[in-house]
Amino acid sequence: MGRRADGPMGGTAREERPVSPSAHPPVLESQAYSFWYGPTQALHDVSCAIPRNAITALIGPSGCGKTTFLRSINRLHDLTPGARHEGDILLDGGSIFAPGTDVVALRRRIGMVFQRPNPFPKPVYDNVAYGPRLNGLAPAGELPDRVERALRQAALWDEVSDRLREPGTALSGGQQQRLCIARALANEPEVLLMDEPCSALDPIATQRIEELLVELKQTYTIVIVTHNMQQAARVADYTGFFYVGNLVEFGATQQVFTRPVDERTEAYITGRFG
Amino acid sequence: MTSLLGRDRSDRVYRRVLTGFALILPSLILIILGVLFFNALPALERFGPSFLWTSTWDPVAEVYGAAPMIFGTLASSMLALLIAVPLALSVAIFLTEFSPRWLRQPVAFLVELLAAIPSVVYGMWGIFVLIPFLRSYVVPPLKALFGWTPFLQGVFYGNSLLAGGVILAIMVVPYIAAVSREVLLAVPASQREAALAMGATRWEAVRSAVLPYGRAGLIGAVILGLGRALGETMAVTMVIGNRHDISLSLLQPAYTMAAAIANEFSEATTATYQSALMEVGLLLFVLTVTVNAIARILIWRVARGAAVGSKAL
Repeated sequence: MGRRADGPMGGTAREERPVSPSAHPPVLESQAYSFWYGPTQALHDVSCAIPRNAITALIGPSGCGKTTFLRSINRLHDLTPGARHEGDILLDGGSIFAPGTDVVALRRRIGMVFQRPNPFPKPVYDNVAYGPRLNGLAPAGELPDRVERALRQAALWDEVSDRLREPGTALSGGQQQRLCIARALANEPEVLLMDEPCSALDPIATQRIEELLVELKQTYTIVIVTHNMQQAARVADYTGFFYVGNLVEFGATQQVFTRPVDERTEAYITGRFG
Repeated sequence: MTSLLGRDRSDRVYRRVLTGFALILPSLILIILGVLFFNALPALERFGPSFLWTSTWDPVAEVYGAAPMIFGTLASSMLALLIAVPLALSVAIFLTEFSPRWLRQPVAFLVELLAAIPSVVYGMWGIFVLIPFLRSYVVPPLKALFGWTPFLQGVFYGNSLLAGGVILAIMVVPYIAAVSREVLLAVPASQREAALAMGATRWEAVRSAVLPYGRAGLIGAVILGLGRALGETMAVTMVIGNRHDISLSLLQPAYTMAAAIANEFSEATTATYQSALMEVGLLLFVLTVTVNAIARILIWRVARGAAVGSKAL
């Protein structure tokens, strides 16, 4: 069942705790999370529970805060000058902002795929082996297996198995993005954050990535930011709609798209603005 | 139509004048090369290629070989790079990756100011400050540790390859640091973020993502510094000792091509002597132009983003 997220613009009664929208137990919980870039508030009291082994899509018009929220989850904002936050985000019940949190370990558990493919200018193999080498996850002897497994999971192995020594930057755009997914998967994260992973890709490459996401959710929890509402409707189990820094609506995708609770959600998904 | 034609004519004149001015500078380099070559011709004919590897420099007997100054030029520049590269790269990495924002501009500005100090001031500072400092605090421990190697044989009198190399290092640091900083700034944020998001610490992100991405440009920065060091004249002349001799020991005097030309041109009374110096000048010219060209090409490749593969390196 859907539920309205609370916030200054929502105007609904505040709930004590965000409720998981389904039987899936939540892996990530955002609790009244607000975020500022210097004096500018980018997120207002975002609360939601992101279920495990499901795809959660974050949609909304440009500048609505969905990417800011995504980058909060793996604390990539730590390096943004002037950034600060209130509220909390929990991973498996523990605050990611708790003092003494090992940010490096956190980022290993929460992988990320960016808007534009950003493979390293290294061979394909070294791109995928980057995380396991960095984090000492695999003895040297098991590394090739691990690389192959990640490339297979990313549905790229058949295309690059004979090109492992070529630079990752020499692949096509869609292959580069799947390489970046393989690189993230090689770390064996619990959560995979994806920031508009298909925005730089053509429709065929996009379709491949979407099929891939549906397979990956067996093992991983996926949070995907997308501008493309059809994409959200096709792949996501849950959808959150952001509007000017508020999480206006969060619920099962089918419900959000067919029976939105908030009129702004309805306006957005029916194309009246955005 | 007439006014358009008139404007067209003035455009043409304007364009030709500008083209002429623009061609003057590139042709200058060819003219200089031609003059050096023409004047060096007598020495080239008389000594042939052995000029490069013989060590006698005897104006009385009119026998000239440039090996000691070629050696001295290369050795002092290499020593300079050995000292300057770690220093300059540290400055560049600190300024782009780790320094607080308010500190970046002032420090970058001060480092680049080092390049504005006149060469002769460096030379004087070298004689009165650097050499006594080396003699009291650097050479004794070096000799104690590595005195058994061929590089630290003999007595340190002051003017030496070591002093020349250290002065050169200080002089090229601002160039290498400034260009490296530009290169590191040109590395896209997405590369840093990719590494950080994989669980890299900031230092690991620099080492495993930023530096490899900018490698071609960083090598370019180092080679640019090498170009400066090879051609630097005044400060080196004042501290390197100016002796036509090849010694592996850093503590012994040496010579460089630039220093030899500066020192000996006024004494070059015979045509052969002058021509021999011209040939040294020609060698230095070709060497520095080549080194600088390589550096520029490498830096361009990064700036245009063409170095993404950097597999040519």
